[in-house]
Amino acid sequence: MAGKGKKVMVTVRKAPHGSIYVQEGIEVMFIFATYDMDLSVVFLDDGVLALQPGQDTKGLGIKGFMASLGALVDWEVTNVYVDRQSLKERNIAEDGIISIGKNEDTDEPIRPKVLDSADIAAMMAQQHSIVSF
Amino acid sequence: MKLAVLVLEGPYNHEASDSAYQFIQAALAKGHTIRGVFFYDDGVYNATKLMDPPQDDRHISKRWSELGAKGIDMIVCVAAAKRRGIVENVLVPNVRISGLGQLASMIDESDRLVTFGD
Repeated sequence: MAGKGKKVMVTVRKAPHGSIYVQEGIEVMFIFATYDMDLSVVFLDDGVLALQPGQDTKGLGIKGFMASLGALVDWEVTNVYVDRQSLKERNIAEDGIISIGKNEDTDEPIRPKVLDSADIAAMMAQQHSIVSF
Repeated sequence: MKLAVLVLEGPYNHEASDSAYQFIQAALAKGHTIRGVFFYDDGVYNATKLMDPPQDDRHISKRWSELGAKGIDMIVCVAAAKRRGIVENVLVPNVRISGLGQLASMIDESDRLVTFGD
């Protein structure tokens, strides 16, 4: 299960819905979480737009992935981070991003942890591999 | 060094597939080992034998098949392939369909993963 093995990071850097990158990136997270690796996920650049609440893809005629993102924790994708600078550049409030699950005990929403770019860079430097979407 | 390669874009429309191929050729020439190539997203289109480009152009799926013949593990993601109508019997030789778990294994067994996409 997750939490052991080599450090692997999945990064989401592209805007949602315009391409399938984010959606198939999420599918990789779900599968990797079941493998023996120390998985982390980082949203940065236009990828942070995927974390905006209230997205509805019905008008686009595509299923979308908002439900999957909201359930990352249920799939044991728990080390999820977002780049502070990328949020700021796009006028997205740090406390205005979606939750990716709920704390089992307190029922409080769990949100991706906001980190400075330097901290994310330091994390990246420690990875065995980074899979970039 | 042992390398794994991830290809996220289809043939011809984007350069990613060509870049991946050239990268692999250069890496092999320098004596590196390619643990495998994993095709995901539109990358799964790289391996169809139905492509038939003009004779004076490179034949992308044939090139991948030739790399596979050298013993490099060439894998098309089953979930991405199903979305796009890529099934076993349209694949070029020396390429197989398997799951994302194979990408996890490739990463685990390689020193580096190099991703080619947009």
